[in-house]
Amino acid sequence: MPLFILRRILQSFNVLFVMSLLVFAGVYAIGNPLDLLVDPNATADDTARAAASLGLDQPLWVQYGRFLGNALQGDLGNSFIHGVPALGLIVERLPATLELAVVAMLIAVLLGIPLGLWAGLKPDSWSGRAIMAGSILGFSLPTFWVGLMLIMVFAVQLGWLPASGRGPTVDVLGVSISLLTADGWRHLLLPAANLALFKLSLIIRLTRSGTREALLQDYVKFARAKGLSNARVVGVHVLKNILIPIVTVVGLEFGSLIAFSVVTESIFAWPGMGKLLLDSITQLDRPVVVAYLLLVVTLYVVINLAVDLLYAALDPRVRLAGARA
Amino acid sequence: MSETSPPPAASPADSEVERPLRRLARMYAESRVALFGLALLLVIVLAALLAPWLAPQNPYDLMQLDMLDGRLPPGSASGDGRLTYLLGTDEQGRDMLSAILYGLRISVGVGVVATLMALAIGMALGLAAGYFGGRFDAVLMRIADIQLSFPSILVAMILLALFGQGIDKIVIALVAAQWAYYARTTRSAALVEGRKEYIEAARLLGLSTPRILFRHLLPNCLPPLIVVAALQVAAAIALEATLSFLGLGLPVTEPSLGLLIANGFQYLYSGRYWISVFPGVALLLLILAINLVADQLRDVLNPRLQSQ
Repeated sequence: MPLFILRRILQSFNVLFVMSLLVFAGVYAIGNPLDLLVDPNATADDTARAAASLGLDQPLWVQYGRFLGNALQGDLGNSFIHGVPALGLIVERLPATLELAVVAMLIAVLLGIPLGLWAGLKPDSWSGRAIMAGSILGFSLPTFWVGLMLIMVFAVQLGWLPASGRGPTVDVLGVSISLLTADGWRHLLLPAANLALFKLSLIIRLTRSGTREALLQDYVKFARAKGLSNARVVGVHVLKNILIPIVTVVGLEFGSLIAFSVVTESIFAWPGMGKLLLDSITQLDRPVVVAYLLLVVTLYVVINLAVDLLYAALDPRVRLAGARA
Repeated sequence: MSETSPPPAASPADSEVERPLRRLARMYAESRVALFGLALLLVIVLAALLAPWLAPQNPYDLMQLDMLDGRLPPGSASGDGRLTYLLGTDEQGRDMLSAILYGLRISVGVGVVATLMALAIGMALGLAAGYFGGRFDAVLMRIADIQLSFPSILVAMILLALFGQGIDKIVIALVAAQWAYYARTTRSAALVEGRKEYIEAARLLGLSTPRILFRHLLPNCLPPLIVVAALQVAAAIALEATLSFLGLGLPVTEPSLGLLIANGFQYLYSGRYWISVFPGVALLLLILAINLVADQLRDVLNPRLQSQ
């Protein structure tokens, strides 16, 4: 087990290292970095001073070392547009994105498991088929297109919910949260539903196939033979056993929710990290783009690592295979 | 599983090649939904190919546009009475039907080109990894594993953010985001096939390695690859549309469906739904048709289902 953990942690560091190289190459080594790092309106004198102060007269590997050293201390440069540290700008937007992702995941789980159970228990009924057809649609429809439809129906035609922006926020321990006001929830509902759709389809499928397999197992037959009620067999014996893969997927997919939130945030003008990324790309605000990419990849690597370790702790087969490989 | 079917003959005698193909066609036709998907896909691809001849106007020839016809609802007649805008017009008086037909061309083109390139690269790497094994295999699969642990949209966004916009850049981004699927699939197929007797026989005959790889091993790895490629075309088209919608993908001079939808987005609030909804419906039908076809191909090409 310690070997497995060590191996997994080393691998995560490798990924981060490669990512930092890639970002460094993309921003600093391709083209003239001064064009990217210095305000285009600066004079030639300023530019020369900037080159010296940034150490751009040094060999590339020295520059990379400096970049890495600064990055490890959380210094990824200042935003051109806002003039404040890029990382701080992104961390400021983190709560909005996390809020969106958490609520989306909750929607996916709370709707997906019951629907998947139903479709797994009654695979041939029209309702079971309808659920599956819906999940296929949820898989193949692009997220941004579903977002447009949600806006058109619920915001424009019916006028039930606001189409853009975040509701009023309340500061809790320095973190602004919009989940504590009714208006905050009204603003959150459409974007969260939009972001949830893909994961919802995934969880429905997982739950359905898990249920169908579990129903054939001996322990379910035995539970029925003991005369347990159907509700107890499904609610306790089946559900408990299909939850393990679902919990894993929920963990792994949380990172991809944050990546996909770029799309949803852009459609619903949700003031999160993804919206900031798109704005920064169009405004050529490179330090913010770099900071976002490094932060999200780090987040992703940490989540994957945590899920892997948790999984190994829960399932002895994984850690044995991992130790042997 | 027990029966060993003869590998597709390297010498294509017509009668022998015809039979399995006809069997596949018959199996495919068993599902009416899949046939509908295929017909829909053919219609869409034909419409995209023939756009310059089918479209009522060339939507990017400014001479043919009339600003006075801007934002007309579907079914209105043009100011000079020469044509009817079946799907309405956008803010520049562009016929949406024509814009959609031209946009389909770009969406389908980018999706297919990116998929073919990713397929070629992934296939070659996967084939080599599966056949030779060793260090190359280990390193390649490690890279593929790590990349597949990130969602493809994140990979594509990283590349586009670093290298900028353009039709060549988006193709590169799509290829980079998708090669690993093909490498994985080819490798696992090559591992299974590489252990079979006919490969050993080919080796004993003293055939050259490229000949064994491409004439003997590759054809037998194709069925799962075809299924993955079919599914990935849809994914590539959806990804390109998403990136273009976000303004990261294609430039304004090459308006794919994603860009058309983005252009119409602002008019959605004022009830002028047609500018973004109709390109969206076209995108939807395209993706749905490809998925229907790919789903049936998966069943048809699955050897476990075939033997039953």
